[in-house]
Formats: sequence, structure tokens, C-alpha cells
Amino acid sequence: MIELRAIHRDYRVGDQWVHALDGIDLRIRAGEYLSIMGPSGSGKSTLLNLLGLLDRPTAGQYYLNGEDVTRLSDVEQAYVRNREIGFIFQMFHLVPRLSAAENVELPLILAGVPRGERVPRVNQALAALNLADRGHHKPDQLSGGQRQRVAIARATINRPNVLLADEPTGNLDQKAGLEVMEIIEDLNRQGLTLILVTHDQQMGLRAQRRLRMVDGQITSDREEAHEHPAPPSA
Amino acid sequence: MSTPHHPVHSTDTLRFAWQALRGYPTRTLLMLLAMAIGVSAVVVLTSLGEGARRYVIGEFSALGTNLILVLPGRSETSGITPSTMMGETPRDLTLDDALALTRRYDVRRVAPLNVGSAEINWGGRTREVVILGSTHALLDIRHWRMERGKFLPAIDMDRAAPVAVIGGKIREELFGTTSPLGKWVRVGDRRFRVIGVMGSAGRSIGIDVQETVIIPVASAHQMFNTASLFRILVEARQRESIEPVKRFVVATLQQRHQGEKDVTVITQDAVLDTFDKILGTLTYAVGAIAAISLGVAGILIMNVMLVAVSQRTPEIGLLKALGAPPRRIVVMVITEAVMLAAMGATIGLVLGEAGSLALRHLFPELPAHAPAWAIITAFSVALVSGLVFSLLPARRAAKLDPVLALSGR
Repeated sequence: MIELRAIHRDYRVGDQWVHALDGIDLRIRAGEYLSIMGPSGSGKSTLLNLLGLLDRPTAGQYYLNGEDVTRLSDVEQAYVRNREIGFIFQMFHLVPRLSAAENVELPLILAGVPRGERVPRVNQALAALNLADRGHHKPDQLSGGQRQRVAIARATINRPNVLLADEPTGNLDQKAGLEVMEIIEDLNRQGLTLILVTHDQQMGLRAQRRLRMVDGQITSDREEAHEHPAPPSA
Repeated sequence: MSTPHHPVHSTDTLRFAWQALRGYPTRTLLMLLAMAIGVSAVVVLTSLGEGARRYVIGEFSALGTNLILVLPGRSETSGITPSTMMGETPRDLTLDDALALTRRYDVRRVAPLNVGSAEINWGGRTREVVILGSTHALLDIRHWRMERGKFLPAIDMDRAAPVAVIGGKIREELFGTTSPLGKWVRVGDRRFRVIGVMGSAGRSIGIDVQETVIIPVASAHQMFNTASLFRILVEARQRESIEPVKRFVVATLQQRHQGEKDVTVITQDAVLDTFDKILGTLTYAVGAIAAISLGVAGILIMNVMLVAVSQRTPEIGLLKALGAPPRRIVVMVITEAVMLAAMGATIGLVLGEAGSLALRHLFPELPAHAPAWAIITAFSVALVSGLVFSLLPARRAAKLDPVLALSGR
């Protein structure tokens, strides 16, 4: 469902060109659990942003569900992000003045879903993540683990096909981090494609398929096919 | 993939902007204050100007509208003429002069006026009063109202009649609680039947109507043994005919006075027009000066929205990640600024109206109402400045790179 062909992403720092991504070819099947590891500056976050349509490649093609999304306009890309892609971040990125429920509601508002339909969906999503009684809390009244769960609810409320997680446990203690990992791995078992960027070996090894990146290139791509039954292809 | 379409509901847009404003109360309150001061300044200053204009116009129109005053004698010196050489005094205005002035289609009314003083006496009580000799037409020319009874009857100017209309204060002092209508009073050496009491507290040529007795002009002539008039009041049919009537008055009287221009003709409206223009311009001017403060408030809004955009960079990045297209970000920022401006302007209108209410309380004779154009302009300028000055911050927000915005760099 995701196919990258000869993706390059160059940008300029001072008078030098940095090749953040240097010819990436990658195919990801629907329902895969993939981790991207590598030292900082290796291009793993750039790759994730590119997969999430937050960034455009300098060269190469990106096919999502068979469509070359690099050709889409900003507005069309925004639409794809809203419907197809969920993000969770190391910093959670909850809007501080909005309650947990209102944060979860945001993608639905942007999708133009009527209010009557939004409220039950938000409540359902919160309940599924054990946050039913936290809906009216502001982010600063929640623990880190709870905040990341709110972010997961928000990322998945529009039922995307891909969940992109950028160091989702980086700001959490070990217990809360494991909890978050179990939640998103559970979502993966239900069919959601999960792409995890981390520099934490322990976390990265949990994925069935592990990419290692150095200097903008994929240096290794290992898969443990036996651990998890291959999901049906998209 | 279906066509990209983001029909975000406008209530959601408004609610989001409202939450953003509430999320930063200090900033919002300061902005509201700036806007409110600007708008209320416009309202209060223009209501002051408008009040002054209406006050002056009211004072003048109390004298009568479309009015031409004829005075005996020339007010300006015009060098040595044969008449001054011969030591001649100007001719008096007479009832025949007044009658001659009625003979024109665009003269609506003519009221001759004679002034004297005499004693009035009833039931043993005596008082010195000002006597106005005039005709039926005076009531309408001066826009006076009767408190009770009738004004002078509509009889020919040169007919005397033993009837009198008394001012309210005379009635009070002479009759007390007794009804004066039909009573015979002695004025000077004659007897008059009281047929009416003046109602309005209008002033006429420096005389308080409440303290006068009005009798037919011919009766006044007999009483004071004279044939001359103090004034002739001529009312033109409409504003446009004031000038032609004025020329007609001058020409007629010159002809009747053997070619001598020995009268002074004054039109109220010329004076009124000038005041109207001066004060109207003044109102616009102070309104415009106050509107500058609205522009300043607009620039403040721009600054604050720029700060808000950079403060909320991660949030804008997030909204992009969640699927907000650039246009939506623009709409969000503008909505927030315009909402701020609208609320500030509303508060300003309320404050301004309260201010002009206070002015009217402090100076009851000044009708300090802000004109509708000032209120509408102030409100629209506030909204437009909110809109215009948020365009730059909005576009800056829409152009933010989501990757950089989210990383907080």
C-alpha cells in the first residue's frame, strides 16, 4: 500500500547541501508493523514526515494506495492526511486550552463531520483507551501516559490506514511507555499499519520488520515472518 | 480517493476561535480594551459634535423656519447719501408695507409685529407687561403652541379687536387658579377679553413669551398711538424661495419708500446653514481623529496575532498534520482577529453610548446622540481593521512548515 521509489530529500544548511534521504526504495504492505531505527541525523524522522505528507521529496515517487501522492496539491495532501494517516509524537502535541475530548474531536471537525455524530465517536474512542472519565480534563491535568493515549485516540478517530509514531515513548516512564506500545501494537493487530521511529533498541526490536538507517540510506531491512501471521495484502 | 473537500462547519470555526481567545485571557482583554477605547472614542466625540450641531439648529429653528426678518432702518453705513445730508430719518415700516409683502405666491405668511409696554390689571392685581401687537399668522410663524383657548382671530391686519392672548406667567400671577378665558382685563386704558393662554416657553427677540400679552396689531397701534412696526416677519413657502422672497421684500419696500433702501432684511436660514455646515464638518473631523485610534487598535491586533501565531506554532503544525489545509489556517486566524475586533467594537459601542448618555445627563440642553453614520462607520472600521491586519499573521501561519512547527524549532 505504500511504495517509495528513489526518494531523495535534500536541503541546504548554510552553503552545504544535506542529503537527508539519499535514494530510498521501500514497500510497506497494509497491516505491517515496521520500526525505523538509526542514529540522530540518519534521516529516519525525515522519512517519517515524508510518509506522513508533512514534507515533500526533492526527487522520487511516493505511491499511497496506488496513487502518486507527491503530485497532489497542498489541499489534497491535507485531505489525505486527515483521512488516511494518524500521527503520534514524542511531545504529544495536544492543544493545551482544549479538553481531552476536544483534542480528540479536532480531526473530525476538520473532516466536516457534524457535531451530533462527533460526540458519540469521541466518547467511544476515549472509552476504548480507558479515558472515559478524563474527557473534560485539560492536557495539563493528565499524566504523560494519559496524554499519549489522548493523542492516540485523536490519531485514530478518523480510522486511518497508517499510524506514524515518532518516538512515542520518548517522554514517558517505562511503565507508561510499555502501556502505549501495547495499545498501538493492539491497533496494529486489528489491521492498522504501524510505522515507528525510535532510537531505542528495545522498542525497535518489538516490530516484526526493522529498518536501520544511516546517512539517509536504508542499511538493513529485517523481517521476522514467523512471529506474526502475514496480514492480508491491501 | 474522493475529491478533497473540507466543509468545516462555521459554528466549529467560531467555537475554535472563541476557545483560542479564552485560552489567552490577558491578551484578549488588552485587545478588547484597545478596540473598545477606539470605538467608544468615535461614538462619544461624534455625539458631542452632533449634539452641538443639533443644539444650535434647535435654537435657531425655534425662531421659525424659512423666516425673513424685516427691520426698519439700515444696519450698515453706506457713505453719505442725500438723505443723510438732509438729516432725514428712515421711514417707518407700516401695516401697508406688511400687507404689500403678502402679495406673492411663495410668501406663506406675514406677521407684523409691534412692541410696547403697558400695565395689565385684573381683579385688583396689576403688573407691567410687554405688549406684542401682531396677527393670527404669528403663532404659526413662531411655532408656538397654545396652552388653552385660541390665538388672535384671523382678521384683517388693520382691524382692531378687544381680544388678548396672555403668557403663562401672566395667567399665573393675575388669575392664580381661576380660568382666565373670557375674563375682561384692563391693558393700559383699554379693556380686552382674554381668549387664550400661550403654552410654549419660546423666546422671541429676547422677550419671554410667558411674560407678554399679545393683542391685534391695530389695537396696539391705537393703544400706543403710532402707525409704525417694530418688525415684519415673512415666512417663505419653502427653503428654495427664501432668496427670491428676500429680493421681493427688498424691492417692494424700496419701491414703497420712494426708492430708499431703508430697511434691513435678515434671513435666519443663511445663518443656520453656516452653523450647520461648520458643526457638521467639525463632527466629521473629530470622528475621523477618533477613527485613527481604531487604526492603531488594528495594528495592535496585527502585532498580537503575529505573537499568537508564533506562540502557537506547534499547534498550527499539529492542525496541519491532522489535515487542515492552508486556507483553513488562514480562516482560523482571521476569524479569531475579527471576533476580537467585533467584541471590542461592541463593548466600545456600549461604552460610547453610556458616555453620551452621561453627557446628556450632565448637559441636558445638549442632545448628544452619536449619529448613525458614526456608529456604523466605527463598527465597520473596527471589523475591517481586524480583518486586514490579520491577513499578514494568517498568511504567515498558513506558510509554516509543519515539520519545523511540530519540532518546535
